[in-house]
Amino acid sequence: MPSFVIVEKCDGCKGQDLTACMHICPNDLMVLDAETNPEKPFAYNRDPSMCWECYNCVKICPQQAVDVRGYADFVPMGASVVPLRGSEDIMWTVKFRNGSLKRFKFPIRTTPEGTAQPLGGYDEGDGDLNSVNLMTEPASTGADILPQL
Amino acid sequence: MDFETVEVTTDLLIVGGGMTAAGAAVESAYWAKKNGLKVVLVDKAAFDRSGAVAMGLSAINQYVNYGKGVNTIEDYVHYVRQDLMGICREDLVYNIARHVDSTVHLFEKWGLPIWTDEEGNYVNEGRWQIMINGESYKVIVAEAAKNAMAEAGGEIYERVFIAHPLMSADGSRIAGAVGFSTRENKFYIFKAKAVICAMGGAVHVFKPRSTGEGLGRSWYAPFNSGSSTYFTVQAGAEMTCQEVRFIPIRFKDAYGPVGAWFLLFKSKAISAGGGDYMVNRRDDLADWEPYASTKPLPANLRNHAGLLDVNDGLGPLYMETHEAIANLAEEYKDDKKAFKKKMKELDSEAWEDFLDMTISQAILWAAQNISPDVEHSEIMACEPYFIGSHSGASGAWVSGPPDLKGKGEIPDEWFWEDVGNMTTVTGLFAAGDASGASSHKFSSGSNSEGRYAGKQAVKWIMANNSLPEVNQADVDAATEKVLKPLKVFEEHCGLTTDPDINPNYIKPQQFMFRLQKIMDEYAGGVSSAFKTSKDLLERGLELMVFLHEDSKKLGANSLYELERCWENMHRMWQAEAHLRTLLFREETRWPGYYFRTDMPKMDQENWLAFANCVYDPKNDSWEMKKVPVKQLID
Ligand SMILES: Cc1cc2nc3c(=O)[nH]c(=O)nc-3n(C[C@H](O)[C@H](O)[C@H](O)COP(=O)(O)OP(=O)(O)OC[C@H]3O[C@@H](n4cnc5c(N)ncnc54)[C@H](O)[C@@H]3O)c2cc1C
Ligand code: SF4
Ligand code: SF4
Repeated sequence: MPSFVIVEKCDGCKGQDLTACMHICPNDLMVLDAETNPEKPFAYNRDPSMCWECYNCVKICPQQAVDVRGYADFVPMGASVVPLRGSEDIMWTVKFRNGSLKRFKFPIRTTPEGTAQPLGGYDEGDGDLNSVNLMTEPASTGADILPQL
Repeated sequence: MDFETVEVTTDLLIVGGGMTAAGAAVESAYWAKKNGLKVVLVDKAAFDRSGAVAMGLSAINQYVNYGKGVNTIEDYVHYVRQDLMGICREDLVYNIARHVDSTVHLFEKWGLPIWTDEEGNYVNEGRWQIMINGESYKVIVAEAAKNAMAEAGGEIYERVFIAHPLMSADGSRIAGAVGFSTRENKFYIFKAKAVICAMGGAVHVFKPRSTGEGLGRSWYAPFNSGSSTYFTVQAGAEMTCQEVRFIPIRFKDAYGPVGAWFLLFKSKAISAGGGDYMVNRRDDLADWEPYASTKPLPANLRNHAGLLDVNDGLGPLYMETHEAIANLAEEYKDDKKAFKKKMKELDSEAWEDFLDMTISQAILWAAQNISPDVEHSEIMACEPYFIGSHSGASGAWVSGPPDLKGKGEIPDEWFWEDVGNMTTVTGLFAAGDASGASSHKFSSGSNSEGRYAGKQAVKWIMANNSLPEVNQADVDAATEKVLKPLKVFEEHCGLTTDPDINPNYIKPQQFMFRLQKIMDEYAGGVSSAFKTSKDLLERGLELMVFLHEDSKKLGANSLYELERCWENMHRMWQAEAHLRTLLFREETRWPGYYFRTDMPKMDQENWLAFANCVYDPKNDSWEMKKVPVKQLID
């Protein structure tokens, strides 16, 4: 069903207007179901057929309430791919239809979250609006000057 | 529904929040701060995870490495020229390539993990591609842009859908954009001195192969719906290469990437019935010389070779993953421990390639119990997409970088206003997927071109520092037009028991299906085996007239449906530009992307040219233009 939400785990982000999954979905698919469940609204994917399975809602959910079930029109049942994203790396558990498992861990960034410095520590350059150099060029190019014709 | 109107005035407006817009923001914020200007960026999604890189990527596809003397900028221009069968703006490609290394080095400083070898050099996937651990690629690039914007006092609006350009009172230049919040009843009017358009490419213009739940698993991100094209076309900008759609060959159904398999793992692709089609189909490519003899073979010719086998019923096509892995592990086979280690490493690399950028493919492999070292995997051509930054080329025709004026054969008319990347509409810039004839910029080149456009826009504003006058009547008309689907629905929904079926309006989803069916059957989509002709295109255009008329009857029951209505409106205009340009170019230059059955060969004498088009919103008419290709270098 592309992304789906597990009723028992979703807490509607504790009644906030904007839930984590709603905030992040690049295709605006995650919403709270306030109509059928006004007391304890939980999230759902309002149009699974427009879901890219990008997993952003899965990765961001603080309750790990979102999972993905492969598109029913071409994916055989029984497999799952589950991420656990930390601040420096991401762990993946891949479960095959035949039950076998694979686990992977990959780095996601080398700097602490929030600290990306626009100039990257390079010399900022000539500051001249009319020159061909962008900010930090040529220092950031690895060459002494920008290539010329 | 009642809407609150929010007016935002700025010096520079960036519409879109993807790789290109992030580049435009980081760079323009730097120059704007120095020069006392304000920058505003508007994205329909969350800047952290929007656009084609929302999921991440496993490779950076453009890195020249000229600092270490590995390649030259000229080498890159040659590569792009060949891959696009001779049709590219070499001045633009040159410009992007000379800035791309700086951009990649900045990415690394911001925190993007780039694979390195023992000597600390980047690990190349292919000649121009480098491997990354790119799960958080977009997050990191957006973060630098957000930090730069914060330092410069800029503003970022998320979840605001840009529906329409706003022109100056006398129609002589861009004056901003209008759109609506997808969260609350707010209508936005952005007024600006200059605008950078960077809203990505388009998908779901053509019918996808999967039409059930997997409809959204197109290779290209379903969130990009042709807004760049709509915005520039409606502003009256000259467009280029609108016929050059991109059809990637990818792992079948989930559309997982093949780059690492072909380039890093040196895998071969075959058809089950015909074998190595790249070798066996060589003679069939003779009509496309000299490009058929270049290395690497242009992407569309590689497609063509495989599709010839498919059309002859020789499929499925397979990626010989097991063979590639066996070859790579071969040299370790006498050392059991080293062999095991190597196999583990290859397995992890293979899976990371999917997990970083097409997680669906990992699900599909797991669901089909596929181990790439044991068995091969099916590959297939996707449906057509519009992505000017990748191996397609559609986008706006923009001014060349001023310092390249007078170089090579490039004519002076390709330069205006003394700035680069400005469309033919004064004050309106385009970059990334939004600018045309400069393909193969990918994530890094798009960000570089965005940076370049950001600086150029600030430079232009400093020389033209006035806010254009806007007619309130134009603003009111645009507001009414944009919100109309809500009104249409409200007015008529009471008639029927099922709000989706009503003779007075059409809902956005069925409207999209109608567009997709026209394009699929008349403009060379999947079910027509990518074939079309003059007769088919003309019939398609006739059906588009009805669709245009019916677009005025789109109905939306919510802000969400309003968003979908406008996405499909944007798609329709991308389709229109495509149909007209397919018809205009009387040859088949890119077999494998599309085939004109009535003009089955390439016509180098008459068509080594850009096919451009301009829409005139006042007279509702199109003009087609042929512009000869000129080279910057030999
Ligand atoms: C499947 C896939 C794989 C790729 N693999 C690679 C790779 O391995 N390496 C590589 O270097 N490149 C790769 N690319 C190319 C790269 O992703 C693009 O070149 C790049 O993202 C283009 O940047 P852009 O900013 O022009 O578009 P995008 O990054 O797609 O951004 C578009 C932005 O516009 C916003 N937007 C759209 N419509 C509106 C609207 N109406 N109003 C407001 N905002 C709007 C979106 O929310 C988004 O923020 C890949 C692309 C795809 C699709
Ligand atoms: S982020 Fe998780 S907990 Fe919060 S609303 Fe979404 S699914 Fe529920
Ligand atoms: S997987 Fe991606 S596209 Fe699908 S609902 Fe989640 S965030 Fe949205």
